[in-house]
Amino acid sequence: MKKIILIPFLYIVSLFEHIGRYFDLMSKTLRSFTTWHLYLGFLPEHMIKLGVSALPIVVVTGLFSGMVTSVQTAYQLESGFIPDSYVGGIVCVSVLMELSPVITALVMTGRVGASIAAEIGTMRVSEQIDALETLSFDPVSFLIMPRVISGAIMFPVMVVIADFFGLLGGFFAATTSIGISSYDYVYGLRDWFVPWYAIFGVIKAFSFGVAITSIACYFGYYTTGGAEGVGKSTTQTVVVSCITIVILNYLLAAVLL
Amino acid sequence: MISINNISKSFGDKIILDNLSFTINHGDKIAIIGQSGIGKSVLLKNIIGLLSPDNGSVIIDDQDINEISFKKLQKLRSKFGMVFQFGALFDSMTVGENIGLALQKLTNCDRLEINERISNSLLEVNMEGTQDKMPSELSGGMKKRVGIARAIALNPEYMLYDEPTTGLDPIMTDSINRLINNFHGKGNVTSVVVTHEMKTVRDVSERVIMLYKGKIQFDGTTETFLNSSDPIVVAFLNGDSTYKG
Repeated sequence: MKKIILIPFLYIVSLFEHIGRYFDLMSKTLRSFTTWHLYLGFLPEHMIKLGVSALPIVVVTGLFSGMVTSVQTAYQLESGFIPDSYVGGIVCVSVLMELSPVITALVMTGRVGASIAAEIGTMRVSEQIDALETLSFDPVSFLIMPRVISGAIMFPVMVVIADFFGLLGGFFAATTSIGISSYDYVYGLRDWFVPWYAIFGVIKAFSFGVAITSIACYFGYYTTGGAEGVGKSTTQTVVVSCITIVILNYLLAAVLL
Repeated sequence: MISINNISKSFGDKIILDNLSFTINHGDKIAIIGQSGIGKSVLLKNIIGLLSPDNGSVIIDDQDINEISFKKLQKLRSKFGMVFQFGALFDSMTVGENIGLALQKLTNCDRLEINERISNSLLEVNMEGTQDKMPSELSGGMKKRVGIARAIALNPEYMLYDEPTTGLDPIMTDSINRLINNFHGKGNVTSVVVTHEMKTVRDVSERVIMLYKGKIQFDGTTETFLNSSDPIVVAFLNGDSTYKG
């Protein structure tokens, strides 16, 4: 009975322990920035790994999220009193501000976050991180810094690509399955477009990129317990990243809009 | 010189190292032995600063490794080479990149010199021509030899070997033992070998430290160890699991 009562408290203590260790690791990562020139050479490799490998899935999700937004918007506005061009406008705002950054981030969590956690976790349990330390490397700056920087650079790039394919998907759906003219769609899109919407999406992407890669590095870096531990770290990365994305999404909207 | 002063280490309630003290002099060839799970690797990791003791200190060349700054620790570690039980090769890098990584960072060598040192290190462990292979293409024994090549490429003063021959066939065990002896004979190198393989103890070490229940059960020359009448040492030498001392 006593144990059952203690469970929620233990969870809370464990949560604060994780938060403390995460910020400790991040402060070490920031401090290691002074030795960035030693690890700069690894940055392109991480950027390619992170960006190019996730590109197909980002294109597909971007395209279909634009298409479904277009179809569902038209369905909501089918009264006839609202101009067809509104479909283009609503797709534009939804894709740039919300759908592209959030869906891309969620997809990248599964694709990139899990892969980073598994890679660093495997290095931890197979003593590769210990080996790095014995070779006088700082594993924090060698493993974490390049990945977080790559995330901060490549997530916005991925979101811009998702924006493009989202608007394109909306166009295809509008002109083929709904019957809205291409002129109306493009007119609405241009009429509603404000550069801040795209900038806001990119700011979100930057924040999500830093959050996902750093969370994945954190869980990977502190992996214990062999193959089972690597699996656990990967799962925790995906769960915690998804929760962080939705919370950050709200906070950024509340602060910046 | 490495000086271990009253170090203790526990994981949870389990005491692994209990107030250990000993000194390793320059040029020593020591085997740290004991049963599996007794804390040999923990001791080795305390020596190089991968783990910190709960109590006590580890002094290397007059520096307490748990008190100095991270930069000084990194500099001190450049005097060490460590061979891990399963090689711990970076599996996203080729054999050549594994060996060259530290050379790139810690030396001023140009690309040509680094390639030459990679080739020489591989030649010393009889693994020449494997620069472009990935670790996944190597057998367990080959991984250990590449691990040794990576460690000796920087000409360390201290070589630490964590179970270098565990799980290998007798021929490969002999080959690794010879590599350890060859590198030790090349200069003023101090070798510390953690093992429970008696062949490695006989072939490689001049001094033996045996751990038992967190404490040092034996510390002396290999010859004295092999002729010891201490019932715990005798039980270990004979592989007698019935002894419950």
